[in-house]
Amino acid sequence: MTNELLITLGILLLPLVSFVLLIFTGKRYVDKSGLVGTSILGIDLLLSFYILFSKLHAEVKVWDFTFTWINFHTFVNSVPLKLDIGIMVDNLTAVMLVVVNLISFLVHLFSLGYMKGDVRYSRYYANLGLFTFSMLGIVVTNNYLLMYVFWELVGLSSYLLIGHWYEKKSASDAAKKAFIVNRVGDLGFFIGIMIVWMQFSTLTFNGIFTSIHNGIIPFDSNTWLTAAGLLIFCGAVGKSAQFPLHVWLPDAMEGPTPVSALIHAATMVAAGVYLVARTFPMLTADALLYIAYIGAITAFIAATIAIAQNDIKKILAYSTISQLGYMVMGLGVGAYTAGVFHLVTHAAFKAGLFLASGSVIHAMHHALHHVGDHHTDAQDIRYMGGLKNKLPVTFWTMLIFTLAISGVPLTSGFLSKDEILAGTLAFSKFTGHTLIPIIGFFVAGLTAFYMFRMIIVVFFGEHQDTHRFEHLHESPKVMTIPLIILAALSLFAFYSFNPLSASHGWFYEKIVPPTVVVPEAVSATPTVEFIEEVHHQHSLAMILSVSVAGLGILIAFVTYYWKKISADAVANALKPIYNFLLNKWYFDELYDKTAVAATIGASKVLAWFDLKVIDGIVDGSASLTRLGSYISGKFDSIVVDGLVNFTAYLAGFFGMLLRAVQTGKVQTYIVFALVGLMILLALYI
Amino acid sequence: MTITLTHFLLISAILFSLGVYAVITRRNAIMVLMGIELILNSANINFLAFSRFGGLNIEGQMAAIFVIILAAAEAAIALAIVLNIYKRFNTVNVDEISLLKD
Repeated sequence: MTNELLITLGILLLPLVSFVLLIFTGKRYVDKSGLVGTSILGIDLLLSFYILFSKLHAEVKVWDFTFTWINFHTFVNSVPLKLDIGIMVDNLTAVMLVVVNLISFLVHLFSLGYMKGDVRYSRYYANLGLFTFSMLGIVVTNNYLLMYVFWELVGLSSYLLIGHWYEKKSASDAAKKAFIVNRVGDLGFFIGIMIVWMQFSTLTFNGIFTSIHNGIIPFDSNTWLTAAGLLIFCGAVGKSAQFPLHVWLPDAMEGPTPVSALIHAATMVAAGVYLVARTFPMLTADALLYIAYIGAITAFIAATIAIAQNDIKKILAYSTISQLGYMVMGLGVGAYTAGVFHLVTHAAFKAGLFLASGSVIHAMHHALHHVGDHHTDAQDIRYMGGLKNKLPVTFWTMLIFTLAISGVPLTSGFLSKDEILAGTLAFSKFTGHTLIPIIGFFVAGLTAFYMFRMIIVVFFGEHQDTHRFEHLHESPKVMTIPLIILAALSLFAFYSFNPLSASHGWFYEKIVPPTVVVPEAVSATPTVEFIEEVHHQHSLAMILSVSVAGLGILIAFVTYYWKKISADAVANALKPIYNFLLNKWYFDELYDKTAVAATIGASKVLAWFDLKVIDGIVDGSASLTRLGSYISGKFDSIVVDGLVNFTAYLAGFFGMLLRAVQTGKVQTYIVFALVGLMILLALYI
Repeated sequence: MTITLTHFLLISAILFSLGVYAVITRRNAIMVLMGIELILNSANINFLAFSRFGGLNIEGQMAAIFVIILAAAEAAIALAIVLNIYKRFNTVNVDEISLLKD
């Protein structure tokens, strides 16, 4: 094991140390727990920067360490059956290490202010540590087995953090919903893993891809290969909140806002995208097509819903789903680097957006608390307005994040989104699926529109309540510094020196698409040709994306700033559509009516079966036993006791008879003796 | 008519039977004791008869004397018992003394 891998192992384990430390000693040192967690994450971040720089300068492609965990000492298809696990660091992992640790560190820092005085302050930090550990685990493993383990661990820590304020029914419900919906996707993931294990007898990425490269495919059928890829993608559908399992993410906003920034915007939901990127070499053209469409549909649905929402965190949640759809679509069309790139840039600006919204909510909350108003929703943008001057740092940073997510030039979001859109154009050119780029550009416009709607409604205009307005204050330094750092990272310079194209930046140079190993007959467009075509389409994509984004921003300003168009009038005119969007396409209702109702129905049937049949059998056997014991009891008391009593009675009866003989008079006995003597004499003489 | 052993034995048997009859039928304990005396004496007659006619000779007469002594001793003890019975039950009627039954 090289030194770098040892350091990576250290990076992985440090947050676990933080978790264990805080969970056991947190109760005693509540005030210190935040600082402890944050400083451990700070060290972790520095170490991961070291790993990133040394990896990017290293000659070796992958640092890998594998050891055999279980050796079954048998052979399957003349391949030794053993379970290998291990860790590896390639460029993608190194970048992800920094992304996860950076966001996690900033969220730790931000929470020092945001969660101050919380009822379960130390447990919050402990859970953040657990989450960071699990997420890093997903990133550094080199096999599906450990990945699945860490996959479930992030699910667990997400559950714990969503339900952090579990006294609120909505929070505990949301936690359960997130966990259960994720299980649906994880089931597919697990079946996919089993197919892979059945065929290749190994779960390491390298081993699987080598086998496929050598022409071994599951059950000798390309369909099975596609199925395996899609089933593994199911895990990503759950975790990354893709259609049709996207319903848990908006509800997950019940957790503390920094948690939403860390888990439900930047890292955990990106795990699905990371999974697709890791699995990329074994995805067939068919699988990629499905993935692209799932991503496009998700992006479209979520973007339309986001327009009609009024809760600041819900808007951001739907925009997260939409952007995740973008990433998945990017990977699906074959724009591997663009998808991963969008993951990284999105992590920065979306975490920033959530933290900024946290700052806004924090300020609103304090102001409402100060004026004694406990009814107004601190997260509803309709009660905000005019916050620009009261929260200047929050406003300016949030504006940068919004520009980034809208894809305005000079921001990181512009670079990555542009590459994805160019990818979709190239894809449609090769395959003829023109719907995907159309959705892509349309969603880009929608994104710009609803994000600017939020900015204008929250920060511009007049605040309704002047009394409340006076009590609004900018958040403390620990909360604004993370915002400033993330705002800086949302600018183009960190990724590419050319503000209009990232394709010559370090990211594109270092994160190269992996070699596709699927048989040529079912593989997608070869990478080289694809990248060539992306280059051709780049200027067109840039012009189109900038113009749709500009159009979206313009409409937002016209509607909400200058109020030339009345939003209410439009909503009234298009009431059915508006209600449809406001109610999130009725997905929750649909699932309640179908999946949930079916589950409850099935459980009722099962409960009936349990109650009547199983319990009936048990009760029946019980009453059978009772009957048996009754009979045997009766047999005992009548037959056995009767025999015993009869014997006793018989003895008594003869006793009665013989009793008459015993007169107690000596003379009688003498008579008997004489008679007996005479009889004896008569007999023997 | 010569008196033979048979005559003696007959007398003895009659005496024995009378003794037994007395023992069995008499109500009074004293009478029962007297019956026992009769039985003992019938046995004495047998002893003497066998000493005269049988081969017993002098031993028969000795046994008879032993029996007479024994009868005397028996009478003494038995009368003491009867006296005690009377003290205990206020009667010497053997029919009423049936403690063995309980």
